[in-house]
Amino acid sequence: MNNKDKNIKKINMEVDIGGIRFKNPVTTASGTFGSGMEYSDYVDLSSLGAVTTKGVSTNPWPGNPTPRVAETYGGMLNAIGLQNPGIDVFLQRDLPFLKSYDTKIIVNVVGKTAEEYCEVVERLSESEVDMLEINISCPNVKEGGIAFGQDPIRVEAITSQVRKYSKKPIIIKLSPNVTDIGEIARAAEAGGADAISLINTLTGMKIDIERRDFLLANKIGGLSGPAIKPIAVRMVYQAACAVKIPIIGMGGIMNGEDALEFIMAGATMVAVGTANFINPRATKEVMDGIEAYMVRNNIGDIKELIGCVGK
Amino acid sequence: MSLADKIRLKIRQQDRLEDGVYDLWIEAKDMAATAGPGQFISLYCNDGGRLLPRPISICEIDKKEGLIRLVYRVIGKGTDEISRFRSGDYIECMGPLGNGFSLEDKKALIIGGGIGIPPLLELAKQLKCEKDIVLGYRDLTFLDKDFESYGNVYLSTEDGSVGTKGNVIDAIIEHGLTADIIYACGPTPMLRGVKEYAKSIGATAQLSLEERMACGIGACLACVCQSKDLDHHTNVNNKRICKEGPVFYADDIIL
Repeated sequence: MNNKDKNIKKINMEVDIGGIRFKNPVTTASGTFGSGMEYSDYVDLSSLGAVTTKGVSTNPWPGNPTPRVAETYGGMLNAIGLQNPGIDVFLQRDLPFLKSYDTKIIVNVVGKTAEEYCEVVERLSESEVDMLEINISCPNVKEGGIAFGQDPIRVEAITSQVRKYSKKPIIIKLSPNVTDIGEIARAAEAGGADAISLINTLTGMKIDIERRDFLLANKIGGLSGPAIKPIAVRMVYQAACAVKIPIIGMGGIMNGEDALEFIMAGATMVAVGTANFINPRATKEVMDGIEAYMVRNNIGDIKELIGCVGK
Repeated sequence: MSLADKIRLKIRQQDRLEDGVYDLWIEAKDMAATAGPGQFISLYCNDGGRLLPRPISICEIDKKEGLIRLVYRVIGKGTDEISRFRSGDYIECMGPLGNGFSLEDKKALIIGGGIGIPPLLELAKQLKCEKDIVLGYRDLTFLDKDFESYGNVYLSTEDGSVGTKGNVIDAIIEHGLTADIIYACGPTPMLRGVKEYAKSIGATAQLSLEERMACGIGACLACVCQSKDLDHHTNVNNKRICKEGPVFYADDIIL
């Protein structure tokens, strides 16, 4: 460390959402990190701002038939179908595991009906999780998921419904498969969301021309990865213009520079998703990249960068 | 088990074995020290647009020289890119991953079909018991000579150009082969046939499965197969091929 570095004041990467303080703005995108177990050998989970879990439902969900993933240039399609062990196993096994780390826990909640969302929310409210992320944007399930997320009236209705059952701050996870993201974001805010997260995957398709058939068993899947980043950054910016509640931005973040685009577009936190599949240490590299940028540019507090573009 | 980390490794040699089938030797001392037959290595492309690793089963392990051999077929742009790597080039790898074959000291029948043949070579090498080896091809054969020092090799080809005309089961019946345990890797229809055959002769069978994967470490839940019992991960009869597999006992899975 040279003298110049020594003179820099301590960098503050802490952010607040819904009354919860996160040690840094980096979390994981739901469904790309399990409940952290598979990554705990690669990344110190305590170093993360938060772990956001895979979607949790009332009962175990088996997910979709295979093939469930297909690579596309600069991205990938998935149609996992929210395979998860259900709330009982989550509370018995995954939550104690996560509690053994010094990180915040955001649990993604899925359901086929509004009642199922509320049941999971109610049970999680009695547990030691920090926040709930309500997934109304999964494109890969027949019921629930995206069906709730594409109409502002339904978004507001489901938000206010789960709000009643939740003693924890709630994040509504939005779908990019809509005409006007600002309108959807406002509906979540009006329903009482403490924050919004976006974007979930964009619906896509890949055809295997040799077999002359769909590549995914589900035919349609959700596109993620660097290919969708410009769309995600644009939508985060538009949502930030539309609402006052904080935003968790995601969509193709591979490194610190990518994360900073989201933060500058208006995201208070960022989530690393597909990058975890390509590099199990991706979350750490994103955190280090943000910090290196702040040092390089003499930024003392990450909050100086949130939504700084165009100002 | 030591952590399988993502690292850049030097390629010792790469040759074309047969049309579209490549033979890659990687200088991988740490991997070679811990790897077992039936495990796989994730290979990454240099082209940044091809994000996901290509999972390739280990064909041979040379602990003394610190080398790993992978024999694979070019099936798309990613494997095509990897096939162009030359000796001295570096390739990003992660492994060894997954659970491979459990070696049992019983009279063995090793059955491989097509590009499912390579992972059986290291197994054949390590199994010290009495064994017959049946290799099935569409037409052109590869690696069959490598197996000859480890057991009696029987071949089948769909066009009958070499060995028994037909599939591996036809070859097994023609030669009246039996065993107490079967180890197999190949296309799913072949594995179904092997499972049925194993049942008919009262043998146990270990099958190596394949599925499209993303992460290779059990997180994404892309590569599941149906299991007879509830899986410990999700409690839904879905075992992860990359994590609990790729090798399973035939009785534990539904093909």
